[in-house]
Amino acid sequence: MKASVAGYIRANDVAHAVRLLASADGMGRVLAGGQSLVAAMNMRLSTGDMLVDISRLTELEGVTEEDGRLRIGALTRHAEIGRNPLIQTHAPLLAEAAGHIAHAAIRNRGTIGGALAHADPAAEFPACILCLNAVLHVTGPDGSRDIAAGDFFHGLFETALEEGEILTAISLPKAEPGEVQVVEEMARRAGDYALAGLCVTRRRAGYRIAAFSVGPRPILATGAMQALDAGDLDAAVANLAEEIEPASDTQASAAYRRHLAGVLLRRAALRIEGEAQ
Amino acid sequence: MTIDFGHPDRPNSYIGKTVPRPNAPRLVQGRGEYVDDMVLPRMLHVAFVRSPFAHARITGIDAAEAKAVPGVVRIFTGAEVAEVCTPWVGVLAHLQGLKSPPEYAIAVDRACWVGEPVAAVVATSRAAAEEGAALVEVDYDVLPVVADMMTALDDDTPVLHADLGDNLAFRRVNEQGDVDAAMAGAHKVVTAHFTTARHTGVTPEPRSILADWNPADERMTVWHSTQAPHMMQTALATHLDIAESRVRVICGDVGGSYGIKVHVYPDEVATAAIARIMGRPVKFIADRLESFSTDIHARDHEIEAKIAVDAEGRILAMDVDDWTAIGAYSVYPRTSAMEGNQVVNLCGGPYDFEHYRARTSVVFQNKTPTCQYRAVGHPIAVAITEGLVDMAAAELGMDPVEIRRRNLYADDAYPVTSPAKMRFEGLSHHKSLDLLLDLMDYDGLRAEQAELREKGVYRGIGIASFIELTNPSPFMYGIGGARISAQDGCTVRMDPDGSIVALSGVTEQGQGTEAMLSQVVAEGVGVAPGQVHVITGDTQVTPYGGGTWASRGAGIGGEAALRAARALRDSILEVAGAMLQSDAAGLDIRDGEVVDAKSGEARMPLEELGRIVYFRGDTLPQGLPRELVQTRHYITSEYPFAFTNGVQASYVEVDTDTGNVRLLKHWCVEDCGRIINPMLVDEQIRGGIVQGLGGALFEEIHYDEDGQLLNGSMADYLVPMAAEMPDMVIGHVETPTKESSLGAKGAGEAGTAGAPAAVMNAINDALRPMGAQVTHMPFTPERVLRALGTLKD
Ligand SMILES: Cc1cc2nc3c(=O)[nH]c(=O)nc-3n(C[C@H](O)[C@H](O)[C@H](O)COP(=O)(O)OP(=O)(O)OC[C@H]3O[C@@H](n4cnc5c(N)ncnc54)[C@H](O)[C@@H]3O)c2cc1C
Repeated sequence: MKASVAGYIRANDVAHAVRLLASADGMGRVLAGGQSLVAAMNMRLSTGDMLVDISRLTELEGVTEEDGRLRIGALTRHAEIGRNPLIQTHAPLLAEAAGHIAHAAIRNRGTIGGALAHADPAAEFPACILCLNAVLHVTGPDGSRDIAAGDFFHGLFETALEEGEILTAISLPKAEPGEVQVVEEMARRAGDYALAGLCVTRRRAGYRIAAFSVGPRPILATGAMQALDAGDLDAAVANLAEEIEPASDTQASAAYRRHLAGVLLRRAALRIEGEAQ
Repeated sequence: MTIDFGHPDRPNSYIGKTVPRPNAPRLVQGRGEYVDDMVLPRMLHVAFVRSPFAHARITGIDAAEAKAVPGVVRIFTGAEVAEVCTPWVGVLAHLQGLKSPPEYAIAVDRACWVGEPVAAVVATSRAAAEEGAALVEVDYDVLPVVADMMTALDDDTPVLHADLGDNLAFRRVNEQGDVDAAMAGAHKVVTAHFTTARHTGVTPEPRSILADWNPADERMTVWHSTQAPHMMQTALATHLDIAESRVRVICGDVGGSYGIKVHVYPDEVATAAIARIMGRPVKFIADRLESFSTDIHARDHEIEAKIAVDAEGRILAMDVDDWTAIGAYSVYPRTSAMEGNQVVNLCGGPYDFEHYRARTSVVFQNKTPTCQYRAVGHPIAVAITEGLVDMAAAELGMDPVEIRRRNLYADDAYPVTSPAKMRFEGLSHHKSLDLLLDLMDYDGLRAEQAELREKGVYRGIGIASFIELTNPSPFMYGIGGARISAQDGCTVRMDPDGSIVALSGVTEQGQGTEAMLSQVVAEGVGVAPGQVHVITGDTQVTPYGGGTWASRGAGIGGEAALRAARALRDSILEVAGAMLQSDAAGLDIRDGEVVDAKSGEARMPLEELGRIVYFRGDTLPQGLPRELVQTRHYITSEYPFAFTNGVQASYVEVDTDTGNVRLLKHWCVEDCGRIINPMLVDEQIRGGIVQGLGGALFEEIHYDEDGQLLNGSMADYLVPMAAEMPDMVIGHVETPTKESSLGAKGAGEAGTAGAPAAVMNAINDALRPMGAQVTHMPFTPERVLRALGTLKD
């Protein structure tokens, strides 16, 4: 199918992008890596967009340390997330997750900001930043604001971003010494969206578990976290099964996904034990 | 003079060697010419409005809004197209009882599957045509849907085509001996229920056609991505009421076909009809989404099957009840009964036994029509047969190799006719199995498997012997009344510069036909393959032929090319003899030069001979024949088909927690007769295996009970990808067919035929200690877990 687009403008800077979006009569649409948006346009799932291309705004790219936290620009590509030394050291979860996303060509273009704003419940990065307790920095017609990851994902492709707002960066606490972060997922084929996936971290304060592809948005599995903190893996698996809301589709039934999430949790726990030693 | 294939160092020994594909540089440099690359003056684009319902009466079409879209030129309903285009009926006389209703290029008053064209929008660009198509308002009265295969013939299921009386399109029983008695007296009878999922071919280049009706000279030229240009010429001429001689079908580069592009598609005929009406070139390129709903589907079968064995593991009888649902129409002109027909012909194929019964029931339903896709029926028949053989072996506590040893036709048993009445000229099952076991180190692998099982790692080894039907005679389609040529031809000529042009009726789909033809002709004439320019895919230019299907290109087209090349060689040598005042029989052509046959001494380059013949013919003796062009045709006559054989093995690891199956390695030994180009054959085997593995693990088209297609995109119809594919080891045994001088049989479908069965047997081998078994393809993680009893709800 041929995309049906109302217009295209390349933004010069963030302020310009915000102005362009504000003047688009509700049809403004940020174009970042294009790896979700262009596919949707080519299936006419999205039509009449006024595209505001932010992909060349280098100010939104890159990873820095700021006030003891890690700051990741929204335009940082998946491939960069996978190989960036700061991320490998301070947020290894993201680096590992990047390896599970799609294929090299897509990772070279797709951006973390795009993945978060798109909020596909099967995507890795939304669950990662929920697990890592990140903060999302956004700029809009009314200025800038911060949103906690826990408040950002509202539902299927729905987020706390308001009309005309641009996600500029995320920031997150660095991993503590001895902290272990792992991603466990299973997909039918390498690079496919997972049938189910888990991000699990263990720090001094306890475990954090964020599940993806098992509900309309990434799910923080607090019941499973508590059980793991108490050292009861079986209870954690049982709690996780209660906390997730998987759907059935042509790849797998909800029952399968529920079962798989439990298997993945056991594997994650095993890995964390192994890596902590 | 015949070619002594036994001597690899003979002069011009190109047959049997890997020579590069002449078209590869062009394709990899992006200089291919696909239909979509063609741009003609006054050209328009068509997009189709397609039925969103599986079954609905069309009660009105309002195109007013669509007409207003800038760029939209005209909108056609089914009735308007039907004024210049007659409907077709996909039946063949030899498939007795096969019935199907007339099918229109665009539905006239009733749509019968999701995706059936109901109107066409013609515009100056595809984008405008799509814009218009989205605005055409069609009023539908939704009708009851037939979606389920196994209840299609039930009394309370609505009849899809009232005129036909019931939903049974075709039924055939192939029976030999006394199956019931053999089953009753058997030591063991094993029963299983298999399903193979609905697939489609997913060609990299989608279906494409550009049709141009020139009213001034009353000729239609069609650029078409097709496997069978001459068949399409006939189909378009017949249904558009144009003399066959006034339709020219040109087939340039084709980006894969796999059987998908050998059928007559309603939207493609509609495109030609619209070009006829408008007197302008009209292009239709299917997009990926419409490919999934409108390319033919295949392989949707459910089978109940039984095998009877004696205490020694000898097969006594097989009984197969095959069901398939083919969508709303039997596809024209090859029909949708062929796949079921192949299943009942091919089950039990490698084995020497007596009592056989196989029935196929082919029913209508409201889904995309199914038809022939690579290895038609083979993967199904092989899965049934090899699945049952392994289950019988397990019942007897016998090794899967041993039970095959005891039942495969002996290598000296030929010629022989199987219980399914297939005639085999010469196969090599045992030799192939020997080589396979050797390549895979069967005993070593079994030891590794046992060792790992101790550690809780579940690996399985699966073996699948198979036969493949290739080089078809007119028994396949011609006797049924279809104008589909089983014969093929080749014209070979020498031009003044000594270069050779070969025009062939077989076609290039990306599989390397032109490389194969270039080396056959090169050896036949005596020039380097680079000196041979091959032309295929133009009904006005090449000899009449069948094109690409049923693995016939090398066996039929190659033989015609060899004969034509040898004839040209003789013509050249006759002229050379006169020029050199030598006996032509004492001369040979090597590497583009006329030489003394005995000493190899150079006598004259072909270029010089060309100069004399074409420009100084006055210096040659009067009456000397000087036609440096020869045409030969070839058709098989002694056997209806040249069967090939082979055996595959799969090594897998099953994750019993997740149900995931990892393909560790795959082996295939196959016997396609004379190998013309080892690289091309191996590529065909590998590519075929990949498609087979796709069927085994990934591919499945889903519909809901309303006949809605649920996964019509690359995101959720999973094709096999590189990361999941195992390393493949390919071996060969060569038993040339005696019917031709070349001795080549087909190799294009063997990989697809055997791979799913090998994987199924490997998975079941891994699961056997847990008493689990899978028989429903694809073997998804979920199906594996359900077989293990892990998931209950
Ligand atoms: C074949 C394929 C497989 C894939 N597999 C996976 C996978 O396994 N896992 C996975 O996580 N993803 C996968 N993806 C998606 C990929 O990761 C995308 O890159 C990502 O989801 C979107 O990022 P993008 O930069 O390409 O965003 P775009 O496609 O440009 O935009 C996506 C959406 O986000 C909005 N947006 C983008 N950036 C911003 C911003 N800074 N502020 C506000 N709104 C913004 C856009 O307006 C649009 O609505 C796959 C994609 C493809 C094509």
